[in-house]
Amino acid sequence: METLLEILKGLHPEVDFESEDGLIENMILDSFDIVTLVAEISDKFDVEILAEHLIPENFNSAEAIYNLIQELED
Amino acid sequence: MLFTSYEFIGFLAILFLLYYTVCRKMQWGLLLVASYIFYAVANPLYLVYICLTTLTIYGCGIVMQGITNSSKAYLASVKDTIEKSEKKQYKAMTKKRKRRYLVLCLVINFGILLGVKYTNFFIANINNLSGAGLTFVNIALPLGISFYTLQAVSYVVDVYREATVAENNLGKLALFVSFFPQLIQGPISRFGDLSKTLYIHHDFDSKTFFFGLQRILWGFFKKLVIADRVSAGVLTIIGDSNRYQGGYVLAVLFMYTLQLYADFTGGIDITIGIAQALGIEVKENFNRPYFSKTLKEYWRRWHITMCEWFRNYVFYPVSTSKGLQNFTKFTRKTFGDKVGRRIPVYLASLVTWFATGIWHGASWNFIVWGLANWLLLMIGEEMEGWSDGLNEKYNLRTKTGFKVFRVLRTFLLVTALNLFDCYQTVGETIGSFFSIFTAGNLSVLTDGSLLEVGLSAADFGMLIVGVIVLLTVSLIQRKGSVRELIATKPYAARAAIWGILIVVILIFGTYGIGYDSAQFIYNRF
Repeated sequence: METLLEILKGLHPEVDFESEDGLIENMILDSFDIVTLVAEISDKFDVEILAEHLIPENFNSAEAIYNLIQELED
Repeated sequence: MLFTSYEFIGFLAILFLLYYTVCRKMQWGLLLVASYIFYAVANPLYLVYICLTTLTIYGCGIVMQGITNSSKAYLASVKDTIEKSEKKQYKAMTKKRKRRYLVLCLVINFGILLGVKYTNFFIANINNLSGAGLTFVNIALPLGISFYTLQAVSYVVDVYREATVAENNLGKLALFVSFFPQLIQGPISRFGDLSKTLYIHHDFDSKTFFFGLQRILWGFFKKLVIADRVSAGVLTIIGDSNRYQGGYVLAVLFMYTLQLYADFTGGIDITIGIAQALGIEVKENFNRPYFSKTLKEYWRRWHITMCEWFRNYVFYPVSTSKGLQNFTKFTRKTFGDKVGRRIPVYLASLVTWFATGIWHGASWNFIVWGLANWLLLMIGEEMEGWSDGLNEKYNLRTKTGFKVFRVLRTFLLVTALNLFDCYQTVGETIGSFFSIFTAGNLSVLTDGSLLEVGLSAADFGMLIVGVIVLLTVSLIQRKGSVRELIATKPYAARAAIWGILIVVILIFGTYGIGYDSAQFIYNRF
C-alpha cells in the first residue's frame, strides 16, 4: 500500500489519498492520470491492468486500487 | 420523419397512447415496432444495415457469453486443484477465443461504416494524390449509422470484457440498437445503463410523463426559435467565403456556436424528453458546457456520451496496450520519468482525437479539427503546473474576475474550433479565420451589413432574447432542475409558463413546426 500511495502522491501531492474515496467522482483523477497510474503500477507491481479494469469503482480510492492490484496478483 | 414535424408529433401521440393503454403489457415490443417504422420511413433500405449490425452483435455476444460461462464453470470445478499459473494460462486462452469473435464483429461493423461513410473520401484523396480519376460511388449514408454503430460496438466490447451479460432476446437487443429517440444523434448509451429501464414495464406516472413533455417543448424552443433562425445567416455567410470575409467571419463564429448549441442540445432535450415520457432513463449528454473553465473541462461537459465512448473504447485500450506499455518503458528510460511517462499518454490521446475527428465526418476539416483539439489540450496539460503555481501565488482561483476570464477564454477557443465545422476545406477555414485580423472590415458588425445576410433586425432581436433565456435557464440549473422549480409554483403560473412557451414556439419558431427548414446538425454525422 505504501508503494501505491507514493505513486499517487507523485501524481497529486495536494490530495490526501488515505482518506479520499471519490477520486473519480470528484474528478481528482482524470483519464490522463489513470493511464499514467496504470503504467506506474504495471512497472512496480508486475501486474497487467487492461482497459476493462479501468472503471470508476476500481479507481475511486487508494484502497480500491490496492484491491484491484491484489486481485490481479492472485 | 424530422423530430420537429407534425408527422412526428402525431407518431409520438399514437405511441404514447398505445404504450400506456392497449400495449401496456408489451411496451418494449411496441417500442421496437415504432423504432423500425421510424427508421423505415426515412428509407426502408436502411433497415438492412441496422439489422445486419444487430444480428452480428447478437451472434458474437451469444458465442462470447457461452465461452465465458463454460470457462467460469470449468474454473469453479477445478478451483481446489488448479495451479495459479495454469489458471492464468486458461484465462488467457479463453480471452483469445473470445477475441476472435470480437474482432470479427468489429471488422464487419466498422467495415460497413467505413464503406458507406468514407469510400468517397478515400477516392477523392487517391485522385488528388495520383490523378487516377477514380469514379465516386453512389452510396446513401444510412440515418444515424455513426451513432448506432458506436452503441452496438460498445455492447459487444462490454460482453467481451464481461462488463455486461449478453442479451439472449434478439428483439430486445434490436431495440437497444434502434431505440428511435436516440437513433439519429445519440446520446450513445451503454447496454448496462439503458437496459435497466428499456425493457421493464412502466405504469403511467403523470409527473414523469409531463416532465418529459416539458423537456420536449424546451427542445423545440431551442431548435425552432433559435437554431433554425440563426441558420439562415450562417448558411449565407459560409456559402460565399470570397464575399463574406473579416467581420462577417467573426459574426459567423458566434452565430454558428449558438446554432450548434441550440440545435444539438435541443435535439437531445427532445430525445431525453421522449424517453422520460416513456419512463426510460437516457444518460445526459450536456452539462452546461459553456461554463467550462478549461478545454479539458469542456470535453467533460459537451457531448458527454461520445467522449466517454472514445475514452473507454479507444483511449484506454490504446493506453493499456502492450505496445504502448513497452513504448512507455522506452521513453522513460530515454527521457527520464517526468517527460517519458507523458509522451505515450499524449500519443494515445492523439490517436483518440484523430478517431474522434474522422468519426464526425469524412473530410480533412474534421480531422484537423480533432488534431487542433488535441494540440490545445496538450498545451493546456503542459501549462497546468505553471498556471497552478501562478494561481496559488496570486490566489487567483477564488477571484470572480479570473473565473469569468477563464470561462470566456474557453468559450472563444471552442468557438474558433467550431469554424472547421462550417467551411468545406481546411484552406477555406484557415483563410476565413485569419481574414478577421486582416480584412479590416470589422465595421460590418455595426453598420447594418449583417442585416443583408438573411436575418432581419427582428431576427437578431429574437436571437438576443433567446440567448438571454438560455443563459438564465443555465444559471438557474446550477442550483437544480428548472422543471422542479416551476412545479412548485401555483397552477396558474405553471400553465402560463408552459402556455407562453408553446405560443412562442408556434409564433416565433422559424417557419413553424412542420416546415423542413433544417435537419439537425448532428444527423449528418
